[in-house]
Amino acid sequence: MLYRLLFLLIVVYLISAAVWVVRAGIVRDGNPNDLLNVACDPTRELWRELNANFQEHREQRTGKRPSIRQSHGGSSSQARAVIDGLDGDVVTLAMFPDTDAIRKAGLIAPNWQAQLPNRSLPFVSTIVFVVRKENPKNIRDWCDLARPDIATITPNPKTSGNGKWSFLALWGAVTQRGGSDDDAIEYVRKVYSQTPVLDTSARASTMTFAQKKIGDVHLTWENEAHLEVQEAGGALEIVYPPISVLAEPHVAVVDRVVDRKGTRATAEAYLKYLYTEEAQEIIASHHYRPTNADVAARTAGLFPKIELFPITKLAKDWGEIQERFFAEGAIYDRISGSGVKR
Amino acid sequence: MSTLNRRVLPGFGLGLSTTILYLSLLVLLPLAACLWKAAELSPAEFWAAVWTPRAVAAYKLTFVASLLAALVNVVVGSIVGWTLVRYDFPFKRLIDALVDVPFALPTAVAGLVYASLYVSDGWLGQFLTPLGIQGAYSRFGIVLVLIFTGFPFVVRTIQPVLEDLDAETEEAAANLGADRWQTFTRVILPTIIPPALTGFTLAFARAIGEYGSVVFISSNKQFETEIAPMLIFARLEAYEYREAAAVASVLLGFSFLMLIFINVLERWSQRHEN
Repeated sequence: MLYRLLFLLIVVYLISAAVWVVRAGIVRDGNPNDLLNVACDPTRELWRELNANFQEHREQRTGKRPSIRQSHGGSSSQARAVIDGLDGDVVTLAMFPDTDAIRKAGLIAPNWQAQLPNRSLPFVSTIVFVVRKENPKNIRDWCDLARPDIATITPNPKTSGNGKWSFLALWGAVTQRGGSDDDAIEYVRKVYSQTPVLDTSARASTMTFAQKKIGDVHLTWENEAHLEVQEAGGALEIVYPPISVLAEPHVAVVDRVVDRKGTRATAEAYLKYLYTEEAQEIIASHHYRPTNADVAARTAGLFPKIELFPITKLAKDWGEIQERFFAEGAIYDRISGSGVKR
Repeated sequence: MSTLNRRVLPGFGLGLSTTILYLSLLVLLPLAACLWKAAELSPAEFWAAVWTPRAVAAYKLTFVASLLAALVNVVVGSIVGWTLVRYDFPFKRLIDALVDVPFALPTAVAGLVYASLYVSDGWLGQFLTPLGIQGAYSRFGIVLVLIFTGFPFVVRTIQPVLEDLDAETEEAAANLGADRWQTFTRVILPTIIPPALTGFTLAFARAIGEYGSVVFISSNKQFETEIAPMLIFARLEAYEYREAAAVASVLLGFSFLMLIFINVLERWSQRHEN
């Protein structure tokens, strides 16, 4: 009797679990109009608006309204999720190595950068400063960050895309203006030794700086800086340094996923849509720098002219960047390891 | 009749198979997968991944902070357990329920709240910082959140044992001429040492693996406030799965040794009691 009851319970449990799984959409029927965009953290607001407009745009052309789901998280955690089986049709991540890690896992075709205009970069961005109201410590340029009275807030380069971009911006600010590698090492060592906290993610750093009010300057993406300043209601402001890194968040179709789900046409249309004037205007309104020349010219007022250097000025390619700066025992480890009593 | 059916309680087969299935799925399989991944490295690579100066500093910090937190929890937890069992006072049930809060609260929330309390203009930080006590973004902060996450373990393991120990035993000891100190050391202490050790082990093991709360209160700086689970995360972010698994298996090994050690200690204390 007891056994029968238990058996019945287990059967009921299994059936309802199966129903739940199917309903929750983990087992999909493969609608060619359903997309999942696996994106990095700071782009929530941007994709919400772009998706709504793309749905409209696509419906007008094909008569079918696509549905787009979003997944957000740390850029490399998102890449790992796709590698480990998250069904993302497109990935829109914070930096090249994350998209390329998916390529290395065999899910994206080798020549993915050439599939879309401008090396698969519908927009670019950079790293700027956020400071307290009226800039009390008069922070104008990168060299100010090395002053002994300045505490810089930036995420950990080991765990955050924003952290890596910021490190590269710091480094390039020295070497792109005539400084030697030794000068750059000395400079980044100073800045990181005066950093009170290295958060693991970009948004955590924003909280540390804006809400806990720690530090004098926050290094962050240009669009994040605008959001942060808006949210702070007058307590913070943006400072544009004269030079910074050209941050390139690539987009790509995940070939293996779209071929399995039959969503290739919609996914490609989705990413191509990003290059239309309409989408480029939206992108600019969210403070990402559009790559379409016309739109860039029209919206130039939104983006102060500063010198942007690509990472290829710092190393041959991303592989070398990783090896030289961020790998175990590389420059970042060396500058954080030294000067500590043991 | 087979031996199985001679058991007094029904359901042995079902119970045991569920136990083994569950433990395999929940514990053994993931552990095996982790060790398997780490085993893809050659011994030299494994060593290079797990024994860098940075990693050693992180292990030290993790173990010392976890040990301190577990020690504080044993002392304070025993007092709280004793108070809740032996005395009656208003709102006792409410306070008893509060003990479990660290189990229920997401640890990341705990880390965030602690950090914002102890920053220099936080509720507590504004008084502590002038005294030179840095609660947030320091090693002290890490110990604080580890105390928080491990607190219920000691209380909850000690409580039932104290409930079983009647006040009459202590009265008997007193009647037989024991003074208060003797009653405490000879009667009460031997009874609560084994559960306190169990609670200590649980709190300690929990603290070693704790990540969510610590990342928010630690400044995560290498050689200063970087804990070992953070190393795993940093390795994953660089797509170094095998190295991450290697660091994880070292932590696992440490915890395992610790568990064995405490178990031996517990046996010894029980034998000592007899």
